[in-house]
Order: sequence, then structure tokens, then C-alpha cells
Amino acid sequence: MLTSINLSGVFVLDQDRALDFYVGTLGLEVSNDIDLGFMRWLTVRVPGEPGRQILLEKPGPPGMDEASGEQVRELVTKGATGFTVGFTTDDCRKTYETLLARGVEFTQEPTEQSYGIDMGIRDPFGNHIRIVQLAQAPQQVPASASPA
Amino acid sequence: MSRTVEETNRRMLRARDAMDRSYAQPLDILALARIACVSEAHFIRTFRATFGETPHRYLQRRRVERSMFLLRETDRTVTDICFDVGFRSLGTYSRTFHEIMGETPTAYRKRVTVKGVPTCFAMAWTRPSSFGEAEND
Repeated sequence: MLTSINLSGVFVLDQDRALDFYVGTLGLEVSNDIDLGFMRWLTVRVPGEPGRQILLEKPGPPGMDEASGEQVRELVTKGATGFTVGFTTDDCRKTYETLLARGVEFTQEPTEQSYGIDMGIRDPFGNHIRIVQLAQAPQQVPASASPA
Repeated sequence: MSRTVEETNRRMLRARDAMDRSYAQPLDILALARIACVSEAHFIRTFRATFGETPHRYLQRRRVERSMFLLRETDRTVTDICFDVGFRSLGTYSRTFHEIMGETPTAYRKRVTVKGVPTCFAMAWTRPSSFGEAEND
């Protein structure tokens, strides 16, 4: 059956601006940037993680009709598309300072959690991204237990 | 972002994110309207059209939600929690909590446990809202 996740997608409203943000600001690297004619196949990845790519997809024709594309764009810009992607980091607070200096918008500053330290950011379009510094050992929450 | 509605949505989202991030601070509508680059009246009207509730209500319920989190997960007193989440008086906090939740903070604390999930999901899904838990409001 299934063995891993190799590709997941994010709707972006402008692929050049997406590149500026995901590569220039967040420090990802371009995996593929191919003009297929009918679409620009644009994927990025965490450096050193070739097996897992994020497709930066622009909604609209010819993949979907113009009206549907507009609806998707409206939902993305009001933050209604839910969780987008989660990254890990070795040092959440240091990454926070770096991204803050680069003008990134935060939904949550670094916060201590039972599972580690995490924070939330927006991409320029409204997508919600989480960044977590995981606790040293994975923590199991028993199904019947209340939180610590 | 070419269309006006997209620009407007993004600005409203920026103001809403400020509430999620800085609920413990003394936020007011004027400051939030400035984040959204519009007048106060325009901000209130547009925020409601975008998210289905007024900014005041959104912030009030974000504070109540964060207080619910602290009631569940910490041993801090109700009074401490009230100020932790940005309310300015215990009376306002208790009244607001009861109006929305139909019970006192202390009763809620005794009654409820929530399984551990990442906080961003708890914040998004357990904030009492007109279209959720507090549906009679």
C-alpha cells in the first residue's frame, strides 16, 4: 500500500510572489519549475529533503473555470482554506527572529506546547503555515487522558 | 492579487490574525482598523461581511476560548486567567463567559477535559462562535 508522502499542494495566487516567499523568505529550494504550456509546474522542498515536495499551484483556467478560480482565491485570502503545511525547525525562537526580520506575518508567536515549541505564519496570500520545534522525545497522549 | 475583494479579504485577515496573536493586549477597534488600513466603521462592516461576525465579537470569543484553555490546562485562578487573556475586569469576564457558554468559568473548569491536539486546531475549533458552540447567540 502507501509508503510515503512525496507531494502535497498549496494554492498560491501568483507563482512568482510564491517563489519569493517560499524560497527567498522561508529558505526552501526550487525542486521543479517547468513550463508545461497549460500550467507552470512549480514545486519547492526543504533543502536536503528531495523526497517531499510542495506544489505551488495557481487556481483558475484551464484547470478550473474562472468563477471557481475566483472562489478559491477569495477563500485563500480570507484564510478559510484551513491548515496548509507544517514544517519542523531545530530552533523555533531563532527562526522566529529571522522570519520576523524578513517581514513575515505571524498568527502566533513561539509558544510552549506539550509537543514542543511552535508558531504560526501566513504566506502572502493567506495560507496558514505552522513551524514546530518538536520536543526531544515523541510524546504519546493516552486516548482517555486529559492533557498534562 | 488582482481583485479588490482579495485585497480586502487579506487586510481583514491581517487584522483577525492580530487578534489571535495579541488577544492579551488591550486591542481596540481603532488599532485593528489601522492594521486593515480602513476607517473604524468600514472595518466593522467589512469584517462582519467577510467572517460572519463583528471584530468585537471575534476578539471577545478568542479571549473566552483562550481562557477556556487556561482553565483546562493550568491551575491558575479565575481572576489571573481573566487578566491573562486581556479582559480588564473580573465582572466583564464572568458575565461574558456566562453569556456565551451558559455556565461560569469555575463550572466549566470542573466539567471539561479536551484531548491534547496542536494548539492551532484547538484555537480554530473550540472558539465559541455564532456558527458553532454558542449557536443560540
